[in-house]
Amino acid sequence: MAFTGLVLIFFLLMHMFGNLKVFVGQEAYNFYAGWLKAEVLYPILPHGWFIWIFRVFLLTCLVLHVYCMATLWAASLRGRGSSYVRTNRRQQTWSSKFMRWLGLTLATLLLLHLLMFTIGGVTFGAFEFVAHDPYSMFIGAFSQWWIVLIYAIFVGAVCMHVRHGFYSAFTTLGINVGPGARQTLNVLAYFVAGLLFAGFILPPLGVLLGMV
Amino acid sequence: MIMAATVKKSAKSYFSVGEEIQDTKAPAGPIDKKWETRKFEAKLVNPANRRKLTVIIVGTGLAGASAGATLGEAGYNVHSFCFQDSPRRAHSIAAQGGINAAKNYRNDNDSVHRLFYDTVKGGDYRARETNVHRLAEISAGIIDQCVAQGVPFAREYGGLLDTRSFGGVQVQRTFYARGQTGQQLLIGAYQALQRQVAAGTVTMHARHEMLEVIIHDGRARGIVTRDLISGEIETWYADAVVLASGGYGNVFFLSTNAMGSNVTASWRAHRKGAYFGNPCYTQIHPTCIPVTGEHQSKLTLMSESLRNDGRIWVPKNPADAEKDPRTIPEDERDYYLERIYPSFGNLVPRDIASRQAKYMCDEGRGVGPAIAETDHATGETVERRRGVYLDFADAIGRLGQKAIATKYGNLFDMYRQITGENPYETPMRIYPAVHYVMGGLWVDYDLMSSITGLYVAGEANFSDHGANRLGASALMQGLSDGYFVLPNVINDYLATGPFEEIDDSTPAVAEALADAKGRIEKLLSIQGERSVDSFHRELGSIMWEYCGMERTEAGLITAIERIRALRQEFWSNVRVLGVNEDFNQALERAGRVADLIDLGELMCVDALHRRESCGGHFRGESQTDDGEALRHDDEFAYVAAWEFAGEGQSPILHKEPLVYEAIELKQRSYK
Amino acid sequence: MKITLKVWRQANKDAAGSMVTYQLDGVSENSSFLEMLDMLNEQLTSQNQEPVAFDYDCREGICGMCGIVINGSAHGRYESDVATTTCQLHMRSFRDGDVIEVEPWRTGAFPVVKDLVVDRSAFDRIIQAGGFISVNTGSAPEAHSTPAPKRQADRAFDVATCIGCGACVAACPNGAGMLFTSAKITHLANLPQGQPERRLRVKAMIAAHDENGFGGCQNVGECASVCPKEIPLESIAQLNRDLIASMFRGDGKSTD
Repeated sequence: MAFTGLVLIFFLLMHMFGNLKVFVGQEAYNFYAGWLKAEVLYPILPHGWFIWIFRVFLLTCLVLHVYCMATLWAASLRGRGSSYVRTNRRQQTWSSKFMRWLGLTLATLLLLHLLMFTIGGVTFGAFEFVAHDPYSMFIGAFSQWWIVLIYAIFVGAVCMHVRHGFYSAFTTLGINVGPGARQTLNVLAYFVAGLLFAGFILPPLGVLLGMV
Repeated sequence: MIMAATVKKSAKSYFSVGEEIQDTKAPAGPIDKKWETRKFEAKLVNPANRRKLTVIIVGTGLAGASAGATLGEAGYNVHSFCFQDSPRRAHSIAAQGGINAAKNYRNDNDSVHRLFYDTVKGGDYRARETNVHRLAEISAGIIDQCVAQGVPFAREYGGLLDTRSFGGVQVQRTFYARGQTGQQLLIGAYQALQRQVAAGTVTMHARHEMLEVIIHDGRARGIVTRDLISGEIETWYADAVVLASGGYGNVFFLSTNAMGSNVTASWRAHRKGAYFGNPCYTQIHPTCIPVTGEHQSKLTLMSESLRNDGRIWVPKNPADAEKDPRTIPEDERDYYLERIYPSFGNLVPRDIASRQAKYMCDEGRGVGPAIAETDHATGETVERRRGVYLDFADAIGRLGQKAIATKYGNLFDMYRQITGENPYETPMRIYPAVHYVMGGLWVDYDLMSSITGLYVAGEANFSDHGANRLGASALMQGLSDGYFVLPNVINDYLATGPFEEIDDSTPAVAEALADAKGRIEKLLSIQGERSVDSFHRELGSIMWEYCGMERTEAGLITAIERIRALRQEFWSNVRVLGVNEDFNQALERAGRVADLIDLGELMCVDALHRRESCGGHFRGESQTDDGEALRHDDEFAYVAAWEFAGEGQSPILHKEPLVYEAIELKQRSYK
Repeated sequence: MKITLKVWRQANKDAAGSMVTYQLDGVSENSSFLEMLDMLNEQLTSQNQEPVAFDYDCREGICGMCGIVINGSAHGRYESDVATTTCQLHMRSFRDGDVIEVEPWRTGAFPVVKDLVVDRSAFDRIIQAGGFISVNTGSAPEAHSTPAPKRQADRAFDVATCIGCGACVAACPNGAGMLFTSAKITHLANLPQGQPERRLRVKAMIAAHDENGFGGCQNVGECASVCPKEIPLESIAQLNRDLIASMFRGDGKSTD
């Protein structure tokens, strides 16, 4: 769970970095997307192979992550027993409390996200799937306020999920060696979560506000 | 409240004297060779035969858990019982101070002989030399064993074990794990026991309370228990039975013992023929947190190391009791220990510090909340303040608050949590409380009681501490009995087994079962007016007044008569609700209190017959001209082993003379 | 003080339970929480009603027998300024007229026995799986033959203070027993004597933890926040480190 989670967080950071290229312009953005799909690791690998290897790897991580979640959830439901008439938590945060629900929200919106931008086949108002021109898709989608809103929910869930997940993953890997380490991990977790939120929400906001 | 018509009888009419007894198991020869000789002479059991032999162990404190683990490792079939929900909860866990061992790591003249000498002297020459010497010999091995188990003793920077001096002895032989030595040692023994449970040699029966011992053909062959969850009364058979069921300080109701600590296992065995040794020997600890009201259910001990820096005082004028102590000027305070014992001051032995605190409060100069109590002279309810100040203002002024916090921080925090007062600002209040009993079932050198095949270990036996126990010796004795003594002597008896098979139809078993069930039915059928706790409180109040810090003949006779009346009322007016076939805590307590009442009477009889002041026991009729304790070696240098003579009969006293060959008897003095 | 108590009453393991309301008058603020319950039981007994069953023993915070969820937090930690067991929580933490809700530990691994009493034998089974050092009595070497560095010995002590009360499990949203398990792992892992069995121990104890119906750890931290002995959350990371390291070792694979 921890390992796959960290892989996914790393992927998100890269993805966010790529998204920011939208501020540079259509050519740069599409070039980057094209490079990602066809050119990475060429000529070690033939054109277009890397993206598929990477997709399979990510998907495996995601499946494993969900599988671990399911077994842990089942164990927790059994371990939890009957519920208290009243609970007063001292440590639990919103992130940790709704970790799994956040995860499920993420998974649902991720599906939508893939359908819109990767697989194709859905149309929302001005948005239409255009192969090989992700820049246009980006502009088309986020010039509509309600798509930005849904996206904001998506990214907000990512942010909260990563906030607890980042800290928790490193704890599970045994990095939490003392109160100092715990604090550092928590600060880092807030930083990474905040960075992801900002990095992902800025480009769509830019589109909506006409800055791109 | 029952006011018994006090009939004045002579002390002698409360007991009869039987034949003298002897310990026949300690071999002849020099004292430092006896244990070796005994181990060599004891019959052995072939390892292949051990699993055919069953041993029952009642209690899972230091003695019971360590014996269970060790006998399991040896390959015997062990059944272990405790009334708590896990063996890890036995009350050994609450011991704070430390454990003595004659390691001489400090190079300060310590030796087996010195530990032996200190223990006999500390016990005011009322302990059996042979047993105590063996204890001292074994002490060093206990530390080795515990370290190997992973007990996190305090260490120095070099990685070696730290030791400190404790309880007024002049050598640093006490090993400790902060203020939680008992906990750490018990967890070590518990883990060893759990390892044997996993290995299948020990079967654990938690939440089971022993109600009867089964004696067939003159041998202890099993026990009757009650499953505290289902109420089921069950029988268990074995080739030998070990009682390691702890002490009975709860006879005083308020003590530092756990609420569940009780005498039932020992008392049931006593009624079946096990002699009770020195029941009146109780240790009272001077530095406990005082009672705050009628709601109080137990008392909490604070390490007596506090007396190293705190000064004990009461106001000279009783009218100042309610004043803020900080506003009472120096010349209106009575630092009574410093006044009466100028050379020892606040560091006088436990019994003296305790008794003087009682005198101050009896005079009406106590401090803290006024609590309703029975004035036993008049039978009226009066309000008294039971507490004296333990003041750190001088020490804080001299050393600074930080230094005091480093030394006693955890104790100050504990005091604050319980009382809600900040001892850095206002003086602490303390009062003595019962916290250990030296008395217990009489055993020989092999720890076998006067019932063949019934062994008694740890605080439940009487053996090693005489009339007073040295600090940090209780843990040593419990582990010595369990790890090293029992496993090397019980084989001598088991080698003659396995014994004839018995079952529920065997007359002795049927009788024990019927006794146990009959008592429970009786308790449930009375349906009287008073709760079990109210009887327990009243018993405690009688015991504390008359059989506590100071005893007199007249007082003890009054106590015996009152206890008899209390017993009568108990068996006709106690209210126990619910049924047996349920988790019924009132029923559990009722059975325990019934036995504590009977024990209380025997304690008073024992105290009555021992017309001397010795150890922690001050007898009003036996004092020097300046009011100090006076021992009578010519008359009382013996163990009083009491035989149960039957319901309503006076107990029979058997004396075991104490012979001192290795140590010379001396009278102590602290002026 | 006058208080209103809402107490969970449940006749036995299989019965359905419910909260029952009682009024209690004249409670001393100096009494402990359990002494207040004693008072309630005296009152119930005098009214011919069955007393409330609750576990207790030492009443000085060391045996680990007591454990009640008070106003939604284990041992009433929410009401107290300092770490506490139920027996060391005093009524001065409450106010006159308060309504206090009292429930048992509720967690899958600790079935309710009656009222506020639960069965914590699952903890014993975790220890049986490996929470010990295998050394038979009599076979121990001289205590000073293996020095133990003070810092590590102190760390071992810090976690060895666990009293096995089960508050960590009761407070855990997942019903995990990780703080308890990790306290024992960390205790023995920090001592030289604990090294030979270190890898085997962590595998066996975690397996027992999972088999006994405890949930999975989500690193929420509720456990450490209610622990009366303040066992640090880092112990769980120590357990995880040892568990990860043990995956690369053969310990425990082909023996027995």
